[in-house]
Amino acid sequence: MFPAAFDYIRAHSAEEALAALAQHGAEARILAGGQSLIPAMRLRLARPAVLVDLGGVKDLGYLREEGGDLRVGAMTRDVTLERDANVRARYSLLTDTGAVIADPVVRCLGTVVGSLCHGDPSGDWGAAALASRAVMVARSASGERLIPIDEFLVDSFQTSLEEGELAVEVRFPTPDGRTHGSYQKIERKVGDYATAAAAVQITLGDDGRVTHAGVALTAAGPRPVRVDAAEKLLLGQLLTEDVIRAASEEARIVSDPFADTRGSVEYKKDMARVLVARGLRASAARLGTGVTA
Amino acid sequence: MTATDTTDTTLRTVTLNVNGQTLHQQVEPRTLLAYALRDAGLKGTHVGCDTSSCGCCVVLLDGDTPAKSCTMFAVQAEGHQITTVEGLGGPGNLHPLQQAFWDQHGLQCGYCTPGMLMTAKAMLEHNPDPTDQEVREFLSGNLCRCTGYNNIVKAVQQAARVMRDEAQAQALAGMVPGTDPSTGTAGGGAQ
Ligand SMILES: Cc1cc2nc3c(=O)[nH]c(=O)nc-3n(C[C@H](O)[C@H](O)[C@H](O)COP(=O)(O)OP(=O)(O)OC[C@H]3O[C@@H](n4cnc5c(N)ncnc54)[C@H](O)[C@@H]3O)c2cc1C
Ligand code: FES
Ligand code: FES
Repeated sequence: MFPAAFDYIRAHSAEEALAALAQHGAEARILAGGQSLIPAMRLRLARPAVLVDLGGVKDLGYLREEGGDLRVGAMTRDVTLERDANVRARYSLLTDTGAVIADPVVRCLGTVVGSLCHGDPSGDWGAAALASRAVMVARSASGERLIPIDEFLVDSFQTSLEEGELAVEVRFPTPDGRTHGSYQKIERKVGDYATAAAAVQITLGDDGRVTHAGVALTAAGPRPVRVDAAEKLLLGQLLTEDVIRAASEEARIVSDPFADTRGSVEYKKDMARVLVARGLRASAARLGTGVTA
Repeated sequence: MTATDTTDTTLRTVTLNVNGQTLHQQVEPRTLLAYALRDAGLKGTHVGCDTSSCGCCVVLLDGDTPAKSCTMFAVQAEGHQITTVEGLGGPGNLHPLQQAFWDQHGLQCGYCTPGMLMTAKAMLEHNPDPTDQEVREFLSGNLCRCTGYNNIVKAVQQAARVMRDEAQAQALAGMVPGTDPSTGTAGGGAQ
């Protein structure tokens, strides 16, 4: 099906995009990779009157480390992270996540920032951003503001971006040598959204005890879900099977999925538990410690 | 200069660079690239699912980026070099990928084939010597209801070999006595 008619504006800079958003207000939507927005428009789930295309904004297509973060520009495609040797070596959570989103062709156009802005509770970047404590950078006529990811992801398909604001960047804190993570996803086939998925990232101190923990779930509620109780439980602990079992049980409790053709509520809740446990074990293995007996 | 070039919802002309030629097509902003290409007579680009899921409609942007042309507006493609299966090769000058799909029976009905060829081409641009697993992964968003995929993987591997050999032959041919081969034409190869 064809989308409803719209006006098309091609921006050549972030400033041009902001000017167009200011001019058209709530009528306007940003078009990034188009891999969520265009399918939604074709189903008439979205019918923006004006599309502001960021495709021509070349200087938002960056990926660099700066100020202790990996900075991912608004037009940086998933594939750019996938092919980056530094990301592959050090950002295990992001690397795992990028590899299971959609299919390789979609990842050549889809952007990380666009996925977060889409706010789909089944989108994979949301949980990964929560577990790694990412920060969004939003720009408007009045300047830039930093939005912690917990505040950015508000509800299903809803973020805390205000009218006229453009997300220009997402920042993922650079893991130190004692930090690793993992993304675990169950999908029916390549290109499917998660039946259940979990993002985990942990930092271990010299004594092998957890000093930072990030645990979050995809497709487990109206927005990507941080498993606070699991994070608290992990802090200060050695990663033993008992600790992993207790932490992953918190994921089962907090997971609040809906039943669909991918599975029942009970099944999805239990898979949240299983996937958090797998993610913790995989993270421990990547840290070279394994699970403490 | 205005801040932005605004267009309206009535028909407008887009200028598309397709297979090295300039096309002027009448489109609405909402016209999808796949339809603009087919309306221009380039029927090699197939529409299968029409919902971003099958990969039949894949074309290349700027030589190495595969894109589902059912999930891109024609207006977005302005300023990019687009390659469709017609630009890959044709009767009498088949691209190594096309020849390999023929040799290895990598197609039956042929409906998925243009998308398979273009996606495989994009992969080989970045990874000229893939493992079978890498071929399978990169083509995992391209559905084929006929072949069972094995012959497609074989075909891509045959093409990869031929293209590597061609690139090497070109690199050698470019080595003029007395010049440094490392600054020669190596890497410019298989198109
Ligand atoms: C077949 C298929 C399978 C998929 N499977 C998965 C999957 O398994 N997991 C997954 O996570 N995703 C999946 N996706 C979605 C895909 O990852 C999208 O690319 C991604 O969700 C959106 O990124 P985009 O750049 O394409 O954004 P767009 O589609 O261009 O935009 C999405 C939304 O964000 C807004 N937006 C985008 N950029 C900005 C910005 N800079 N500032 C403000 N607002 C902005 C847009 O206005 C729009 O509302 C799939 C898509 C397809 C087609
Ligand atoms: S027709 Fe475009 S992906 Fe199926
Ligand atoms: S050859 Fe028929 S769908 Fe692939």
